[in-house]
Amino acid sequence: MISYAKAHLKVRSGAHIGTKTSISSIMGKVMLALTPATIFGLFCFGWSAIFLFIVTLTSALFFEAVCLKLAGRPVKSTLLDGSALLTAWLLAMTLPPYAPWWIGVVGSGFAIILGKQVYGGLGQNLFNPAMLARVALLISFPIEMTTWANVSPLFFPHSPDIMESWRITFAGILPSDGMTGATTLGYIKTEFSQHRLLTDILQDYSSVANFFGWTRGSLGETSTILLAGGGLWLIRQKIISWHIPVSLLGTVFLLSSVFHLMDANHYVSPFLHLNSGAMFCVAFFIATDYVTSPNTPTGQLVFGAGCGLLIFVIRTWGAYPEGAGFAVLLMNSVTPVCDYYIKPRIYGRDRQGKPLEINK
Amino acid sequence: MLRNLFSKPRLRGGVHAEERKSATESSPVITHFPLPKKLYIPLQQHVGKPAEPMIKVGDTVLKGQLLAYSQGMISAPVHAPSSGLIVDVNDYPAPHPSALPIRTIVLETDGKEEWLTVPVADDPFQLPPEEISLRVGAAGIVGLGGATFPTAVKLNMGRENHVQTLIINGAECEPYLTCDDRLMQERAADIIDGVRLMLHGMGTDYAVVAIEDNKTQAYTAMYTAALPYAQIEVIQIPTRYPMGWDRQLIRYVTGKEIPVGARSSELGVTIHNVGTAYATHKAIRYGQPLVNRIVTVSGGAVGQPMNVEVPLGTLMSELFEFCKVDTNKTARIIMGGPMMGEALPHSVLPVVKGTSGVLALTQEELRDKQEQPCIRCASCVTVCPAGLRPLDMANNIRINQLDTAVDLGLKDCISCGCCSYICPSNIPLVQYFKYASGEVMARQQAQHKSEQTKRLMESRNARMERIARQQAEEERERLAAKAERERRLAEEAKTEAEAVEEVS
Repeated sequence: MISYAKAHLKVRSGAHIGTKTSISSIMGKVMLALTPATIFGLFCFGWSAIFLFIVTLTSALFFEAVCLKLAGRPVKSTLLDGSALLTAWLLAMTLPPYAPWWIGVVGSGFAIILGKQVYGGLGQNLFNPAMLARVALLISFPIEMTTWANVSPLFFPHSPDIMESWRITFAGILPSDGMTGATTLGYIKTEFSQHRLLTDILQDYSSVANFFGWTRGSLGETSTILLAGGGLWLIRQKIISWHIPVSLLGTVFLLSSVFHLMDANHYVSPFLHLNSGAMFCVAFFIATDYVTSPNTPTGQLVFGAGCGLLIFVIRTWGAYPEGAGFAVLLMNSVTPVCDYYIKPRIYGRDRQGKPLEINK
Repeated sequence: MLRNLFSKPRLRGGVHAEERKSATESSPVITHFPLPKKLYIPLQQHVGKPAEPMIKVGDTVLKGQLLAYSQGMISAPVHAPSSGLIVDVNDYPAPHPSALPIRTIVLETDGKEEWLTVPVADDPFQLPPEEISLRVGAAGIVGLGGATFPTAVKLNMGRENHVQTLIINGAECEPYLTCDDRLMQERAADIIDGVRLMLHGMGTDYAVVAIEDNKTQAYTAMYTAALPYAQIEVIQIPTRYPMGWDRQLIRYVTGKEIPVGARSSELGVTIHNVGTAYATHKAIRYGQPLVNRIVTVSGGAVGQPMNVEVPLGTLMSELFEFCKVDTNKTARIIMGGPMMGEALPHSVLPVVKGTSGVLALTQEELRDKQEQPCIRCASCVTVCPAGLRPLDMANNIRINQLDTAVDLGLKDCISCGCCSYICPSNIPLVQYFKYASGEVMARQQAQHKSEQTKRLMESRNARMERIARQQAEEERERLAAKAERERRLAEEAKTEAEAVEEVS
């Protein structure tokens, strides 16, 4: 008989080879794509933004480590996959730059513990953790979450210095008046309630400043062009597909165009819509989250259009000036239904799953 | 023939895997492989029933002599790959991941390589088409692309269904493998002759040879060889795994999608591999049955990667020795390509008809990392050529919801490996699917068995009841008879007593 030599070789079915792509490389690329907008945001809003950013990221890693330890899962390797870091990064980008440190900590806690780990960790959550945390913060701490700092870049003469910034973030002592104000969309909403017309409201508005990000807003979401650049790079890298961004932005653009053309005094122009309220951040980085979005191209188109529709509806008729967080969360809850009904057609079968007819 | 390739999407899913073919694609096939002392010839090297041996230990055989005959409709015979002495007919490990024993003929070669002479037709195109498939069947030819379906059966089905198009599969989309590439480069005229014979055997008058566009030399050789024959067209197809999946190739070339459960011949298309066409040429022109094949030996642990023509039954360990495989560097041995091939537990296993390649891969070439959680990136959905959602299937299998996995299309999975290849979380999806398919089959068998047991039990109960009823009936009758007898006896006694009284 032939002897069983070398029987120790591990047997497994194919494919025996694979791509170099891994979870950590995907997360890394997304973070890389976020870097320009983040650096710009940190520069625009100075030391306070940097402190808040660091606090948010560090506490997320801490919470993740504690949860993993409690769940008895490997801590180090999971932390290194970068998913917790990315969640916290995205959350930090949506926070007001002068928010106190505990907003970052509580937000990370919401995101990591309630948004992700209670569902069973990476890949199991129904809702986008960063958006869940942001919305929870917005509802729980409305004042802290809607105090928007003026652009006050690092090392500029009138910007807060490092000690002043330390006090803003860690002691909650805001500088004298005139350092904060409303975002463009928030301002429009307030002025609408005073029955003013858009043409009056927007006298000081600069679309160019908004496009580059020289405006009040969340820590890392102000610069449309840098976010769009990062997002397009992600599409090029095949990390995300074009379906969600295009259908989301397209829907918002289409709807706002229709209403704006009908009544330019009461409906904001499509360009202002796309240019503010973190629209590009949501379209390229938040709504495209793998875990919480559908997994077929058609499903993704539906999902993106749904997000766009809800954003427009909330912004236009809702109580909040920016609707992205709510819109994404609502559509997240639709994702399983999307995946249930929208499936690819199996080879040799029709859409109902029955074999095709033989047709010479 | 005008083909509008863009009329509808003809390519779906797939991956562009790193080809890793350069080690073997430009050097000629080695034909001087030293004849092994012993050849191990399994009786099942094809889809269908195993062949039945017709020789016994101690017989001397010639090269090409029939060793075991085909059993039933779907089966194939096995021939002696060299001349020599039959030394054993017994169970030996099969070239399969399990290496479970399979019935095998062991041939001790005498080194003379004496062919059994078989008369051949001067002009095979004068033979009736049925005769072609008969001879192909008798030569033990099976699909050499790896599927190993008996070729004669396919030729017959093609003829019976009046197939209009014969597709010759020269895609060879698996990484590393170049045996078909080299065959096309070196023996193009013979392959084209085989294609013509197949056309004759099926009564078809149009053939397309489809070659992936990464094999330009093979394409040129085949194109040139096919020039004199108007009925044979040679085309280039995109390089994209799994282009060689028959249904993918059929859709790409003809635009026809084969319904689940149907055979391609029902839609007027038959597909054969280039190696099969070559084997057909050998069988019809020279009367040589399928006794050897070209095998790609490649991988990072192979010192001298090459294509080598070996007799069937050659042990892979001998091939490895010939190609200077470093056993210490070998992390995995694979029969076939790295996408669909099977990992073998060791190399002391024979080369069979379906062995297109034997790979000795190093740890660096493999992807053997820790499985991580699925992040629902849906890459597997994008690459699946069958239109499945591997992630959902795997999630259901993980929680033992096998019926749901079947509803999601488990049985339509072709195990091409694209999903496992692309998964960033290293989830061995195909492994899940193979496990689940096996488990579903086992459960069905178990259910079938329990139903049968139940049926038997019920009929036994009915029988026992009937017997009990019968016995009760008999008992009643017996008792009644007894009572009757006793009554009569009593009556008799009474009359007797009365008589006695009267007398007295």
